[in-house]
Amino acid sequence: MTPRATDIAAAVRAGGTTASEVVEAALERIEAGDDEISAFLRVTPDHARSRAREVDAAVEAGRDPGPLAGVPVGMKDVLCTEGVETTCGSRILAGWHPPYTATAVARLEAAGAVMVGKTNMDEFAMGSSNENSAFGPARNPCDTERVPGGSSGGSAAAVAAGFVPVALGSDTGGSIRQPASLCGIVGMKPTYGRVSRYGLVAFASSLDQVGPMTTNVADAALVYGAIAGPDALDATSIPDTPPDVTAELERGLEGMTFGVIEELSRGDAFEPAVIAAFERTLSAIEAAGGRVVEVSLPSAPHALSAYYLIAPAEASSNLARFDGMRYGLRVEGESAEDTNRRTREAGFGDEVKRRIMLGTYALSAGYYDAYYAKAQKVRSLVIRDFAAAYADADVLCSPTSPSVAFRLGERSHDPLAMDQSDLCTIPTNLAGHPGISVWCGDDAAGLPIGFQILAPALEEARLFRAAAGVEAELGTRAVGGGGEP
Amino acid sequence: MTAPPPDTIRGADGVEYEAVIGLEVHAELRTRTKMFSGAPNAFGGAPNVNIDPTSLGLPGSLPVLNRRAVGLAIRFGLAVGSTIQRAIFHRKNYFYPDMPKDFQISQYDEPICAGGEIEAIDDAGGLHTVRLVRAHLEEDTGKLVHRGGGGRIHEADSSLVDYNRAGVPLLEIVSEPDIRSPAQARAYVNELRAILRELDVSDVKMEEGSLRVDANISVRAVGDTRLGTRAEIKNMNSVRSLQRALEFEFERQVRICAARGEVVQETRHWNEEDGQTHSMRSKEEAFDYRYFPEPDLVPIVPDPAWVEEIRAGLPELLPARRVQAVCGTHGVSADLVMSVVYTPGLADWVDAEVAAGADAGRAYVWASQEVLAHMNETGTAVSGLRIPARAFVELTELTRDGTLSSKLAKQVLRAVLDSGRSPREVVEEEGLAQISDSGELEGIVAGVLDSNPEAVEKYRAGEEKVIGFLVGQVMKATQGKANPGQVNEILRARIGS
Amino acid sequence: MSISRADVVHVAKLARLELTEEEIEQFTGQLSDILDHAARIRELDTEDVAPTAHPLPLANVMREDEPGPTLDREAFLSQAPACEDGYVRVPRILDESGGGPGGGS
Repeated sequence: MTPRATDIAAAVRAGGTTASEVVEAALERIEAGDDEISAFLRVTPDHARSRAREVDAAVEAGRDPGPLAGVPVGMKDVLCTEGVETTCGSRILAGWHPPYTATAVARLEAAGAVMVGKTNMDEFAMGSSNENSAFGPARNPCDTERVPGGSSGGSAAAVAAGFVPVALGSDTGGSIRQPASLCGIVGMKPTYGRVSRYGLVAFASSLDQVGPMTTNVADAALVYGAIAGPDALDATSIPDTPPDVTAELERGLEGMTFGVIEELSRGDAFEPAVIAAFERTLSAIEAAGGRVVEVSLPSAPHALSAYYLIAPAEASSNLARFDGMRYGLRVEGESAEDTNRRTREAGFGDEVKRRIMLGTYALSAGYYDAYYAKAQKVRSLVIRDFAAAYADADVLCSPTSPSVAFRLGERSHDPLAMDQSDLCTIPTNLAGHPGISVWCGDDAAGLPIGFQILAPALEEARLFRAAAGVEAELGTRAVGGGGEP
Repeated sequence: MTAPPPDTIRGADGVEYEAVIGLEVHAELRTRTKMFSGAPNAFGGAPNVNIDPTSLGLPGSLPVLNRRAVGLAIRFGLAVGSTIQRAIFHRKNYFYPDMPKDFQISQYDEPICAGGEIEAIDDAGGLHTVRLVRAHLEEDTGKLVHRGGGGRIHEADSSLVDYNRAGVPLLEIVSEPDIRSPAQARAYVNELRAILRELDVSDVKMEEGSLRVDANISVRAVGDTRLGTRAEIKNMNSVRSLQRALEFEFERQVRICAARGEVVQETRHWNEEDGQTHSMRSKEEAFDYRYFPEPDLVPIVPDPAWVEEIRAGLPELLPARRVQAVCGTHGVSADLVMSVVYTPGLADWVDAEVAAGADAGRAYVWASQEVLAHMNETGTAVSGLRIPARAFVELTELTRDGTLSSKLAKQVLRAVLDSGRSPREVVEEEGLAQISDSGELEGIVAGVLDSNPEAVEKYRAGEEKVIGFLVGQVMKATQGKANPGQVNEILRARIGS
Repeated sequence: MSISRADVVHVAKLARLELTEEEIEQFTGQLSDILDHAARIRELDTEDVAPTAHPLPLANVMREDEPGPTLDREAFLSQAPACEDGYVRVPRILDESGGGPGGGS
């Protein structure tokens, strides 16, 4: 089992170990175990070793390499890394070497972290199982016959397999929290705009957000602190200084009110084991001095529909640039137009095409008002409902996913069933609020279940306090097949 | 100047037709950097050098709005009386190889400037008001070079793309269909260019593409209030080709209507060589841009204090009004004043001279003739002229006191422009002062009369116009320096007696 | 609210996707299902609700007109499928109507 990022960084900074040793060990674990998991699309040993040497040189020279000194990190392949192939899990970008680095990646490395590779993902972050990766699915380390969730499935699997203590993911409708839940780790989505999207290849620009995936809440807080904050390169970045969330971790649950979102916690969609684990967690919260109340989010059932119009609409526009002209795949045709069509037909997978079609349709003349504009109004209703719910509770909660990890292939032919996986996570994205998934137990088969906590916009401090409090009661799930914590 | 064509055309069916024209003008804004990123906004140079991830639309790149571009748009809007309002950006989605993201960031139903009007001045000095629908911000595309084939795009073997221009800030100024003739369209664009230049909003060089004009034109029987089917005309690279293209299109549509045919709604390409418009091949797919709000950008809510600061820096009068003011006050003809006012910086220079004591009427004539001719011949801008301050004041004084005839004054001005000396220096160094000394002139006249006895005879026989010939001979003998009025007097006195 | 085969063909053209016959069939069914599901939001009363295009209440985010770093041309062209003399080379373009805002060809 891998140590925590906080422990690694402390040891590297104190000279107890070196970044090179830590990184070498991570590379060995990946080498030994990733054939089975496919968490990484590519490992970057040269980059990792040279970065690790820089960190070690800083320590030797008496400089502080930063709060994440020597921590090996997996970067979701949707984040641009200069000179390192970045594919978004798509054939259409195979071989593309971006000439620049995403702000979140640059900040994490500036804090001393070391990228060891790019993680597997659903193509262009569209999916909930990682089966939409053009390069083969990642597998769930808890049961390799099952999916790790998606779209940040590779990042979740890399952490759950114990390859790396930290990975970055991106969350458009639950793509960090849902795989974190299915793999038994911590996944956090910051407030929209808190982490710069510069260099994050866009899926749905008004929903996308980069966030940490870790084995525990303290590590997530550490990574959040490193990547959050204003960025002049992203016009939608929040100008305020982010809160110091590490200060919140020890405050406990005493006096905190958890609002159970009725519409996202009950019903046929939820597996009994999920509901049982959720109820146990609520009891633990009460035992720790927290209060649990019921709240309602009446528009929640419609949020899914709105999301499946807004996200594809934005995606249809964001993905237009993959046309075979300037970078990536080109399938030569008789004309530029023909080349566009052939390239896109050959380069995109089924799910991406389906969403481009859906989004194009929703924006097209005659349908805009009925679909896209209506969905934007539903978005307003969701925001209004959240505001009302927060009048009665400090944070809101629900299961992260209605089910545990499903089998590979089980849902891949039913787009609607697949979409249900994101039922609990999507409303937060529409509102732009932060959310986190922490492990709250396993089902009878030993498959992990996630507990989702949500907070109002900008209230990451409250979110981390609640998550750390829950984790203090329930513990963390062992990663990498090691012993119990 | 050629006579403007009549504003209406009589069709073969005997019906009198008028043109209904609206113009969309795209002006590149004078910024240092692009609309949404820090890559340089520069014309010319090697291909694909003014690029960065955002102007190339690379995956993961994001746009951040250029404050100066917004300020320039507001400046234009305030100058033409637009409402400056809350604005958002939309994406206009269509595929084209010169457009890096395959969508253009533009403004749609919430533009920064709404309404406003432009008063265009015609050659006779009359004002014609053209209302504006809007002026909005958008980004430019790259440029294409077509290889092989007959020069038309689809006949080329391949095309080369240069993204230097991609992301350059544009202001699109959309007029109402208030223009009724090709000549009015020309006048409107001339005025618009002068405004944009005066405000320092744009370079407005049509030949370099920093100002581009698309025209929508339809025709209808005079008196009809309905709009006919319009065609959109593109590819006019000068104000003159705009007028020619519209004249051609006006006649073409009248021929169609007179023959009871139907004008097709389409985009037509002006061909400078054959002087005709041609139907363009367009997208196979239907015209559907799928506009939606750009999620990567936030709204512009113009800060009133900023708007007022910009308003305070506006010039007092727009060019057309300035032309009118000069014509009205000083009685100079409109076309002369227009040529001065439409030349960047020239009218300001002239007005400063007039304020310092130069004669306004003469000053505008000198500027519109000698100064503009000099600028055209030498390719100099006003800022590059070597003309010293008070040159027009001195010229006025020298003309008033009789030192210079109006003809000599122009000659002196030419020398001033060539050398940078003051008019007095030129007069002294080149001995260009008018000869008004009657003793000296008497002698010269006597000499001329002696060598032209036949002319003297003719005059005495009643052929009065011969006097002109004799004056000419005196001027020739004095290299034009003789005071012509005085010569006339002396001649008449001598022969008549 | 269903989507017809003709709609699918039209949308594929707009989206520049060269769909196979099979895909057209498949998408006609799947998109209809998804749209039927999505159409439920039409039952909601949103009469007095303003649309939210964006979760953030930000406005006037602008940069100064200061030059930033440019990208090395080779870094860009080395990733292009075809280039020539410093340009990106693309196949012949059939559509004459582009060429930039207000541009000719």
